Amino acid sequence: MKSIYLDHASTTPVDPKVLKVMSFCNENVYGNAGSLHQIGRNSAQVILNARENIAKILNCKPQEIIFIGSGTESDNLAILGIARANKNFGKNIVTTNIEHHAVINPCKQLEKEGFKINYLSVNKDGIVELESVKKAIVDDTVLVSIIYANNEIGTIQPIKEIGEIINNVRQDRIKRNIKTPIYFHTDACQATGYLDINVIKLGVDLMTINASKIYGPKGVGVLYSKLGNKIDPIVFGGGQERGFRSGTENISGIVGLAKALEIANQIKDKELKRETKLRDYFIKGLLSKIDRVFLNGHAQKRLPNNINVAILDVEGEAMLLWLDKYGICVSTGSACDSQSLDPSHVILALGRPYEYANGSLRFTLGRGTTKKDIDFVLKVLPKIVKDLRKISPVKVKVD
Amino acid sequence: MKRTKNTKIKDVVGGHLQYGWIYSNKVKEHFFKPKNFLERDARPGEFDVEGQVGSPQCGDVMRMWMKVDKKTEKIKKLKWRTFGCASAIASTSMFSVMVTQKGGMTIENALKIKPQDIMKRLEGLPSRKVHCSVLCDKAFQQVANNYFRQTGQHSRIIVEGSKIIDTRLNITERDIEQAVLDGARNLIDVQKKLKVGVGDPKAIPQIEQLIKFYNEKYYS
Repeated sequence: MKSIYLDHASTTPVDPKVLKVMSFCNENVYGNAGSLHQIGRNSAQVILNARENIAKILNCKPQEIIFIGSGTESDNLAILGIARANKNFGKNIVTTNIEHHAVINPCKQLEKEGFKINYLSVNKDGIVELESVKKAIVDDTVLVSIIYANNEIGTIQPIKEIGEIINNVRQDRIKRNIKTPIYFHTDACQATGYLDINVIKLGVDLMTINASKIYGPKGVGVLYSKLGNKIDPIVFGGGQERGFRSGTENISGIVGLAKALEIANQIKDKELKRETKLRDYFIKGLLSKIDRVFLNGHAQKRLPNNINVAILDVEGEAMLLWLDKYGICVSTGSACDSQSLDPSHVILALGRPYEYANGSLRFTLGRGTTKKDIDFVLKVLPKIVKDLRKISPVKVKVD
Repeated sequence: MKRTKNTKIKDVVGGHLQYGWIYSNKVKEHFFKPKNFLERDARPGEFDVEGQVGSPQCGDVMRMWMKVDKKTEKIKKLKWRTFGCASAIASTSMFSVMVTQKGGMTIENALKIKPQDIMKRLEGLPSRKVHCSVLCDKAFQQVANNYFRQTGQHSRIIVEGSKIIDTRLNITERDIEQAVLDGARNLIDVQKKLKVGVGDPKAIPQIEQLIKFYNEKYYS
């Protein structure tokens, strides 16, 4: 059976060109980059090249790139590292209620360490209001962390505008002779392949990138951390990555990440246009072919590959399994599909009732997705929904 | 899109959580081809009694309809509808088969079916999914209780795990919660739903308080 993979926000397949450079690296570049001899120096050079290439794309200095074990670890280092290093200045952190767990859970840890975290609510479209960010920042706010594009509903946050707000706060603090620094972090894992990731333009001090969302390998990520940032490591050891992330470098992963980012950067504009068209076609089809369906998140201010809908009166996991039977791979925000048996916090954050989260499906397109794939889903899904609704005793009220 | 090879995986065990995740063939069979679900709306008089548990907020709702042979109390027909995941659907389907096969079980015996029995017939369930089948026997208990109430056998109403509010009629907190979920807004509504007259007068203030509580919980 043909698989139709529509779960690219979970992870992407590895690009063959990435695989090629990685296997070359695995075969030939085995030295420890910390060794002084030629084999070691060769590895160090390979890593340096990757670092420089990535820095060019991000418009930053090579020293500002920290290679790290995953997107999650990158978020953790940003949040825990900045908060702990600056705790004597202030213990207030501002974030949103639609962050990835890799941001939420370090924040929960910091609450135990005496920090106060302000989880800003997003509006019904899944976007944080600039006014609420402005209002939330107080004199002892040391960190603002806001996801660039959400992993579940794909909504894009106004990062550049928030960057400007934070810069104004900084200027204001200088004027008022307040010594407390304020840092701005964004988790750009989902955004990397589609949106502007120029750190200067965005005005971010820290940014998280994950190779496994951009057709690169799993188990490697980047934290961009601006020179001068006061940040404590969370992993201790041999002092690699300027002491911010100890551990022998994952050379093939780093090379794969650099290559994946290079490709993503090259085809970004083209892919953005192509997938946006597919996305809008898909959404239109879903809304017209199935009744009692609602799009979660803003219709335009969302990633070109993200479609997240609530299909009322049916449960997400049941739909997922039926789709899987047809070879279609998707994910759901239903409680039944989560380890904790809690429904998606992101869909609840839109102000939608539990029923919407439990009946939600997420389709995330990718480079391999075609119109034919979408047409197949549009053919199969209405029947699945019809059948499951027949079994369902529920008819959720719609306001 | 590239073709991916269909490799045969028997079960996948979540690395750090150590539980199976893939459903058994029996679960799949009952999920993809559920048995005894009520496809069209029930005709008047087709069933003797019905009952429902759960709420769509928590992710599972089960409704059951039952036809009983009044003399033998054997279950002639048990139809259902379920909003829920694969295991919720499969366990209700399996339960309906268990109680109606071989001429039907008596209500008494059907009440003895434990979640473990359903799981065994389903060839196991992932551990985090056990609550789905637990809900299934709760749904039946609700049906049976409604039947006992309807036939005036108040002493047979099962009240375990829930506080008895009205001692004469064996009305529990759960019954009141369920009545409110079914649309009851006041004492008269609840009495109609539970098919009881005024039972224990001392219980009425408490019942009214609970009606108010659950109405606020679910509808405010």
